[in-house]
Amino acid sequence: MKPLEPVSTTARVGLGIAFFVIFFAAWAAVTFGGLVPKIFLADPVTMLQEGWYLITNHGFLVDIGVTVWRVVGGFILAALVAVPLGLAMGAYKPVEAFFEPFVSFARYLPASAFIPLFILWAGVGEKQKLLVIFVGSVFQIVLMVAVAVGSIRRDLVEAALTLGARDQGIVGRVMVPYAAPQIAEILRLVLGWAWTYVIVAELIGSSSGIGHMIIESQALLATGQMIFGIIVIGVIGLISDFLFKAVNQKLFPWSTI
Amino acid sequence: MSGVVVSGVSRTFPSVRGGDPVQALAPVDLTVGEGDFVAILGPSGCGKSTLLRIVAGLDRPTTGTVTLDGKPVPGPGADRGMVFQSYTLFPWLTVVENIEFGPRERGVAAAERRATAEKLMAQVGLTQFANHYPKQLSGGMQQRTALARALANDPKVLLLDEPFGALDHQTRSLMQELLLSIWETHRKTVLFVTHDIEEAVFMANRVLVMSARPGRFKSEVTIPFAHPRSYKLKTTPDFGRLEEQLTEDIRGETIIAVQAGF
Repeated sequence: MKPLEPVSTTARVGLGIAFFVIFFAAWAAVTFGGLVPKIFLADPVTMLQEGWYLITNHGFLVDIGVTVWRVVGGFILAALVAVPLGLAMGAYKPVEAFFEPFVSFARYLPASAFIPLFILWAGVGEKQKLLVIFVGSVFQIVLMVAVAVGSIRRDLVEAALTLGARDQGIVGRVMVPYAAPQIAEILRLVLGWAWTYVIVAELIGSSSGIGHMIIESQALLATGQMIFGIIVIGVIGLISDFLFKAVNQKLFPWSTI
Repeated sequence: MSGVVVSGVSRTFPSVRGGDPVQALAPVDLTVGEGDFVAILGPSGCGKSTLLRIVAGLDRPTTGTVTLDGKPVPGPGADRGMVFQSYTLFPWLTVVENIEFGPRERGVAAAERRATAEKLMAQVGLTQFANHYPKQLSGGMQQRTALARALANDPKVLLLDEPFGALDHQTRSLMQELLLSIWETHRKTVLFVTHDIEEAVFMANRVLVMSARPGRFKSEVTIPFAHPRSYKLKTTPDFGRLEEQLTEDIRGETIIAVQAGF
């Protein structure tokens, strides 16, 4: 091993899988070996059995669908508001001066701390879940998009000006395409955080969803079910990440050359 | 008066963090007639790029005016095409899309701008690379595309800010010949900024030597060689004499610039 020396594709995949194998082997060892009592941590086989039981007898797939819907819904709403606002802030400095201090402040307000207030305002229904994800994501996206757009290379803007571009052309046909791959990357990142908010919202007040199942399982001390729920979230995250990357590569081939 | 007229243009940059304001450019006068090829030669930091940016409308003069065909320049515009030293192709556009950028911004119909781009790509030898992205091109190819992109607007004036400064010597020579042949065909008004004496003498009809900061014109040399010029010109005794004369002119300024710490 030397610093920055590249690794072959086969070695990369093999090493990635190896860690999962070691992880599950260690887990199996401590649980089957009796080092950790079953009541605190289920073994991998029990986890899978309880997961299968959840899917076949308790309609857990519906819970998964509900949670995914909430994340995607709240996230799309946040992106629809945040991306245009971030673009405006990145392009026009007075707009940035107006919004930036508040957005920077609001970004540090923990979305999960708002949950009791949101329950008061919107009940425990879907509106409240969407609101939590929206508040958790929107300010992050605004700030990061504003930075991405504002970091446009000045010489590219100048080149466009000498080619006859006016304000609309500079924003629409220089700044936006320049920042587009970064914006896609920002959305991928924040979508990951939105998963945290939805689970917290479902843990606190909900009658469906992955978080709801996890909190119900706690009452039954069904650690296998809880871990199964957590792993499902991880797998969905991995899939959405993969899809996002594939779509980005398709949309912005120039940025990965 | 047709062409570019610079009269009494100076530029002082405001002080930074309590330092003194910096005068980059002393008041200068310059007339570039229609179809002329003028090179401004000077040591780095002498304000030659600042002057070019003012003509382009990218910077405002502290005093003085710039007119093009008798009208003051209001800001950057398609009538003054520019090629920069840094690579400024739009990375998200292919070669042909980059060349079409200017005409598209001006609302030229798709078929017409494609025809313009194809003609220019043929002239700069990039037809096979039409659908390549800038990152897939060498430095010389990128600057050829940038030149074609500036020409696509059919500007009245071509402003060149050390466009070949980042290229290796051999590529630079070929680029000079290419630019010269394009000028010999189009006879565009060209204002060319460089610190390379050979480059200035080879291409320009007039060479203006700029002093160390604050920049002003120290001397002017008319280059008598007829067009079209061949690269073989560079090894003739007359060429050598002009180079020698300009070397003497600029040497003193470079020493001043180095001592001032630029």
